[in-house]
Amino acid sequence: MNRQMVINTLGHITLAAGALMTLPTLVSLICGEYRVMWSFLIVIAIALALGLLMKFVTKPTSKIIYAREGFVIVSFSWIMMSLIGALPFTISGEIPSYIDALFETVSGFTTTGASILTDVESMSYGLLFWRSFSHWIGGMGVLVFVMALIPNIPDRAIHIMRAEMPGPEVDKILPRARDTAKILYIIYIALTVIEIVLLKLGGMPLFDSVVHTFGTAGTGGFGIKADSIASYNPYLQWVITIFMLIFALNFNLYFLLIIGRIRSVIRSSELWCFVIIVLASVGIVSLNVFHIYGSFSETLRASAFQVASIISTTGFATTNFDLWPGLSKAILLFLMIVGGCAGSTAGGLKVSRIIILMKAVFRELKKALHPRSVRVVKMEGKKVDEQVLSGVTSYFTVYVLCIIVIFILLSIEPVSVETNLSATLACFNNIGPGLDAVGPTLSYAEYSPFSKLLLSAAMLLGRLEILPLILGLNPLLWKKR
Amino acid sequence: MKIIVVGCGKIGRAVIESLVREGHDVVAVDNHAETIEEITNLYDVMAVCGSGTDCDTLQDADIQKTDIFLACTGSDELNMLSCFIARNLGAKNTIARIRDRAYNEKNLGSLQQQLELSMSINPERLAAYDIYNVLKLPTAAHIETFSTKKFEIIELVLKEDSPLAGTRVMDLRKKYPANFLICAVLRQDEIYIPGGAFILKSGDRIAVTAAPNEIIKLLRHLKLTKKQAKNVMILGASRTAYYLAKMLLATGSSVTIIDKDPEVCKTMCEALPSANVILGDGAQQELLHEEGLNTVDAFISLTGMDEENILISYYASTQEVPKVVTKVNRDEFISLANRLGLDTIISPRRAISDLMLRYARATQNTVGSNVETLYKIMEEHAEALKFHVSSDFKYTDIPLKNMHFKKNILIAGILRNRKTIVPTGDDVILPGDKVFIVSAGHRLLDLEDIID
Repeated sequence: MNRQMVINTLGHITLAAGALMTLPTLVSLICGEYRVMWSFLIVIAIALALGLLMKFVTKPTSKIIYAREGFVIVSFSWIMMSLIGALPFTISGEIPSYIDALFETVSGFTTTGASILTDVESMSYGLLFWRSFSHWIGGMGVLVFVMALIPNIPDRAIHIMRAEMPGPEVDKILPRARDTAKILYIIYIALTVIEIVLLKLGGMPLFDSVVHTFGTAGTGGFGIKADSIASYNPYLQWVITIFMLIFALNFNLYFLLIIGRIRSVIRSSELWCFVIIVLASVGIVSLNVFHIYGSFSETLRASAFQVASIISTTGFATTNFDLWPGLSKAILLFLMIVGGCAGSTAGGLKVSRIIILMKAVFRELKKALHPRSVRVVKMEGKKVDEQVLSGVTSYFTVYVLCIIVIFILLSIEPVSVETNLSATLACFNNIGPGLDAVGPTLSYAEYSPFSKLLLSAAMLLGRLEILPLILGLNPLLWKKR
Repeated sequence: MKIIVVGCGKIGRAVIESLVREGHDVVAVDNHAETIEEITNLYDVMAVCGSGTDCDTLQDADIQKTDIFLACTGSDELNMLSCFIARNLGAKNTIARIRDRAYNEKNLGSLQQQLELSMSINPERLAAYDIYNVLKLPTAAHIETFSTKKFEIIELVLKEDSPLAGTRVMDLRKKYPANFLICAVLRQDEIYIPGGAFILKSGDRIAVTAAPNEIIKLLRHLKLTKKQAKNVMILGASRTAYYLAKMLLATGSSVTIIDKDPEVCKTMCEALPSANVILGDGAQQELLHEEGLNTVDAFISLTGMDEENILISYYASTQEVPKVVTKVNRDEFISLANRLGLDTIISPRRAISDLMLRYARATQNTVGSNVETLYKIMEEHAEALKFHVSSDFKYTDIPLKNMHFKKNILIAGILRNRKTIVPTGDDVILPGDKVFIVSAGHRLLDLEDIID
């Protein structure tokens, strides 16, 4: 393994973490929170020292990395970012326990939005900003961000992109990895700016607009109010609903739209499947909860917002959906598993995987009837390679296995089965709030430190789609060969 | 520049690799999913799975904005057709690999015109031409000719008893009354651009630049002149062998071609009645001797197997054959073959990727670069480039010794008013000159890139 290159790249990531913290430092300076500002500055100094050390101690003789280095770089980078990102919360004293701070930060970077805070509104602006900003960074990927910026990226950086970007297949939309990373970030930034402007125009204060946009863009879901989005006016709720859905779509579609290939966008079966799932869920939930709200517009708004929030794995709420009838809650749990589209900032299993899985199942059924029949699974008008197919099925198996293991371990906690199951699903799929004791109005504060660490691991597993983390942390890989 | 490469076989990969290293935006197209997967793992390219003749696939590869479209699948017809389609869809330049004899010899010109091809490439023919060049001057391991024969770079491997071994580079000009320059030395896979104090050793591969007549003079002083190879033995009746034999026969050499496939021998015999075609296994040393290995001027191994080529060539070189040429396809084997003392290696893949590189840089000319030609020399460790000096070059009329060049860059020659100057420290560059630069480890696009 090319250890030198791995450590060198980790050095770059650490430096990037330090650099990114200058923004919240500025926010706390502007808001006059000097105590918080100093804690940020201390952490920046630590990150700089550590990063420069790792960068200059190593002398990579070869810049070539293989898949294994890609996995190791990605998993260690995410752990490193989380460990460093949690420091300001503890140093400033606003979250005294480091494990709590770590949970909060992992939840931020993995765009989960699960919180241990019982009183969000008492937090300082600097830390609130950092919490939400971590959503924005983690949404598109820390390494993709670094790749877009630094010129000295490793050869074969595709291994890093593949390990960090969600979805069964990672398509480059431009020939070079660096250009692809850049264009994705340009689209991401443009959409972010549009949403901030739209929210500001709707009368939301600037700080709130920025923070909520970060939460939407990364499909994270950290809010700054105890009741999440409920206190904002209907226009703002609709804007956030629409943007949650926009950020749950495959970013390649926006690129195709920009270069004028509208036909390819319209023909995307993943897009239509996503739209159908959303519309059907909104319809069923609306009928189911109509008696609670009474008015048609309010019912539609509440169900659309909650459905968009869960399927995009954001986790904002405008109403306490824990009080909804069982059918609606069941649909929300199902949406948690579905997740957004491949190539988006959303978590979950991903719509494209579900399409491929369904088609593969149908093929097996038909094969049982006509044992000699030859069939290919097609997706977006193209044949799905058998290797991708087996990759998707084995991913699904590992996915289910992970949920079972985490759920059983979490069930040591003396809370209801519904709480533990929804907490597992909500963390593993990067949504945030679950049901019952971890419902939208409550928090994860009641869990023991062990469970918090377990759920942090679950969030990381979910964000990196399991395999990179399991493989990257396997000591067998680090051995010299 | 945006370049699409259709067909990711041996040739396709070699081209992709060198183009990516040059910093071009490359899109690879192939209809095997596994190949596509492998290509994206190895190189920083975008890869599209599909046929080169399929409009949708080409649209996915963004054909409208493509500067160069290269089709190099195994099938000539597929290549031509996909170039035709690509051209209609808006590709600016199309290049097809066309290697069938029937196309190449009869109506290539009109085909190119009809299909609006910018160029057709034929790796085997290129390789044959390279071998033919070397056979004209058998002491050289490799020859490149620039600018209508005004300037040549030859590569020599210094033997144990070479008079050059042990001398300092600065003493050479006094010792030999020829006007030449040693512009690069390859020693154990390590490239050096030698200064005056550099001492040559036996086993070094050196690149010498001079006007062609000066090179003959130098070789005569070194007692290295050998007559042009007249009696040539070729192993393997491949396409390359056909083109080479045809060129050699046209100049009156005698050619023996050995192959173990009766069908192939028959077709070769039909195509080249004056060649001596032998049916037999070239790996049998007995057969080689029977057919006169000890009397030939040159032995050329062109079978489809690299291993076979290397081993049989090695045997031929131990039998004191004056010139041994080996075809090696895999890059990994080239330095291995060099270590066995085989200095003249011909690689069709390299020939093609060099050609494409040259073509890409020449196309780039229109967007700011002023490289006129480019050759990879010294087994791809260094580049030789020709620049045209425009009037806005900032460093004209300064003696070379006062200019600060980047490391590993050498002005190997200046062409002024159709005269070749091998420069010393007192020479200057003037507008209108053509300047030959040898560089290692740089990617030069403009003449000013050489200044530190």
